[in-house]
Amino acid sequence: MFFFKLIFKNVFRAKLRSTLTIVGLVISIVAFGLLQTVVNAWFAGSNAASSSRLVTRNAISLVFPMPGYYRERIRSVEGVKAVTVSNWFGGIYKEPRNFFPQFAVDHDNFFDLYPEFLMPDEQLLAFKRDRQGAAVGRKLADEFGWKIGDTIPIKGTIYSGNWNLNIRAIFDGKDDTTITRQLYFHWDYVNEWIKQKYPRRGDQIGIFLIEVSDPARTADIAKAIDNQFKNSLAETLTESEKAFQLGFIAQSETIVMAIRIVSFVVIFIIMAVVANTMAMAARERLAEYATFKALGFSPSFVAALIFGEAMMLSMVGAGIGIVLTFPIAKIFGMAVSALFPIFKVSLDTVLLQIACTAAVGVAAALVPSWRSANIRIVDGLRHIG
Amino acid sequence: MNIPFSYIFRNLWARKLTTLLTAGGMALVVFVFAAVQMLDAGLRQTMVGTGSYDNVVFIRKGSETEIQSGIYRDQAALIESLPQVARDEQGKPMASKESLVLISLIKRGQDKASNIVTRGLSPIGLVLRPQVRIAEGRMFRPGSSEIVVGKNVYDGFEGVGIGEKLRFAQRDWTVVGYFDGGKSGFDSEVWGDAEQLMQAFRRINYSSVIIKLSDAGNFDTVAKDVDDDIRLALQGKREQLFYEDQSRTLSNFIFYLGTVLSIIFSLGAIIGAAITMYSSVAMRTAEIGTLRALGFRRLSILIAFLTESLLLGLVGGLAGLCFASLLQTTTISTLNMQSFSQLAFGFVLTPKIFMVTVFFSMFMGFIGGFLPALKASRMKIVDSLRAA
Repeated sequence: MFFFKLIFKNVFRAKLRSTLTIVGLVISIVAFGLLQTVVNAWFAGSNAASSSRLVTRNAISLVFPMPGYYRERIRSVEGVKAVTVSNWFGGIYKEPRNFFPQFAVDHDNFFDLYPEFLMPDEQLLAFKRDRQGAAVGRKLADEFGWKIGDTIPIKGTIYSGNWNLNIRAIFDGKDDTTITRQLYFHWDYVNEWIKQKYPRRGDQIGIFLIEVSDPARTADIAKAIDNQFKNSLAETLTESEKAFQLGFIAQSETIVMAIRIVSFVVIFIIMAVVANTMAMAARERLAEYATFKALGFSPSFVAALIFGEAMMLSMVGAGIGIVLTFPIAKIFGMAVSALFPIFKVSLDTVLLQIACTAAVGVAAALVPSWRSANIRIVDGLRHIG
Repeated sequence: MNIPFSYIFRNLWARKLTTLLTAGGMALVVFVFAAVQMLDAGLRQTMVGTGSYDNVVFIRKGSETEIQSGIYRDQAALIESLPQVARDEQGKPMASKESLVLISLIKRGQDKASNIVTRGLSPIGLVLRPQVRIAEGRMFRPGSSEIVVGKNVYDGFEGVGIGEKLRFAQRDWTVVGYFDGGKSGFDSEVWGDAEQLMQAFRRINYSSVIIKLSDAGNFDTVAKDVDDDIRLALQGKREQLFYEDQSRTLSNFIFYLGTVLSIIFSLGAIIGAAITMYSSVAMRTAEIGTLRALGFRRLSILIAFLTESLLLGLVGGLAGLCFASLLQTTTISTLNMQSFSQLAFGFVLTPKIFMVTVFFSMFMGFIGGFLPALKASRMKIVDSLRAA
């Protein structure tokens, strides 16, 4: 008990210095938590992916479509339960900065394959009945203040012209990993327009989404699908939804990597700050530590004293930092919701924060405790700070 | 009278560990700060270097990138015959009708595919890009299934060595050379013959038409003529501006992320400097009293401590810059969200970034050292002498 009391008194002996160090720790731990959350948010799409769904795209690259009749041929592959289509629309709502994804999908069965989007039956029915109908996620609807029945204008970039869509359904996510910041509308609406304007480009599909009956056999089924279209004009590449999403992330992996590295740089910065504080504290008290040793305390006691002080300092700072991470992440998440629809501090992040704190404490105490433990009593007593 | 500089310097030297730790923390902050600025500068340089001022890019109205755009052959012919288009020695118009597709290639050391721009050019297209030259091998022959790859594609991706074949669109395409695009965006592209690529991909329209103006000042008239022509429904942009716009999102992303990070990190470093300086003042209370008793003024004390802190910032800043400048040898390749394809660019240390970074590091030192210095200068002589 005496030991802890001593440590506690030591921590707050230089009030200003300890307060500044703790403030620094709080800032760093919060920054670290935010950066880790940004990295996690990057992977939100792949975390939400289902293991029983496959995605088929053109093997050359995503921008090439596939003929619409592929759908029937995919459906005939053994193990395939259902097939639906999805097309990237890439339109602009009022301003380019209002970016959100729009997909032109098969209105009839798309939501059958995506049970994680929840909406009332009558809304789903209304969406299916209106050719210009759209279903939007809760988050998106809240962001722009859309209500059922609103008509929203979308300016096409790939499919030029102005498109008016009527909001018929607003869906919620099944749990908080489900992304609800996107819009779905009728592929037929787009396809009719294409056929009228560019007859040759009609009935072309961006990607097929496939539900399999047995998730354990996805690899075989994917292979069987691709074999159907070998040596055709549009060869396909079928992969699990998760792999498909990870493919997007891999393309910007360098940035994810940079953020990861930088999040650890901030820990090094605070390590330097805390180490500095401890070095100064130990130097000031060298004479004191020599006295301890003269009284008969072992060098390891002195070392433990310094370790304890460093740990207590970092734990106080980190504790406040971890608690503050949550409200700050919430505010930050609202500001960047266009980029990261899911922005949540995960348990792993908190554990990492704790681990880093421990590392900072240990690293900061290393040199000062070694020096204080090993100094000769005479030199220590003679030392002036 | 001022306190000698050697006194200030020796104070830092006397406590090496503390100085090292404080300056080290600052160096890390400066490193991040400088690296982000350098990356943004590198991206800008790449994109500006991609375009020539007297070239104009035409794409379909409403589209933002070449990939989204489509231009029919008759429209392309109309563009080609505009009076403002420059002509070569043989009197042929200097207009390249180009077709863009994205193909997937595997990055070295990865198993996932990334999108690469594959550009089909008219023969004149090479003349329009004077910065591009063949580094090894030779240029593709018009009318054949041959391709050449940019330097960054050659260095960073699998299966594109000279003599190797890439298979897409039901054909084998032989790589016959690689080119150095002079650090431009073309370094991240694959080039082939426009007509061959269009046939292979069953395309009927071009993606863009690039023309060279006979007089760079003619841009406004040609843009207006095209805009007014109802047969065209195209928009023209100066090539330089076009490519700059292409990377605006990425550039903004890097810039904002970097600025936010630098501000948060610098708070940590400022606190570090303040701790060091406060304890430096506390430890030397008697010394400060002596200096004052010797006749040094309050202002001199303030200046001495501020200088010490600025020096600390400067050391950290220069160390950070040293490390950051090593980054100039690396190239990073990432997804350009707008064109949906890979773009490689490097870190560039410009004189402006150097100045701003040094200023930034000294600013951190100043803020961190100001309050401690003020405290030192306000001490009463008698009290401080007694403190020892």
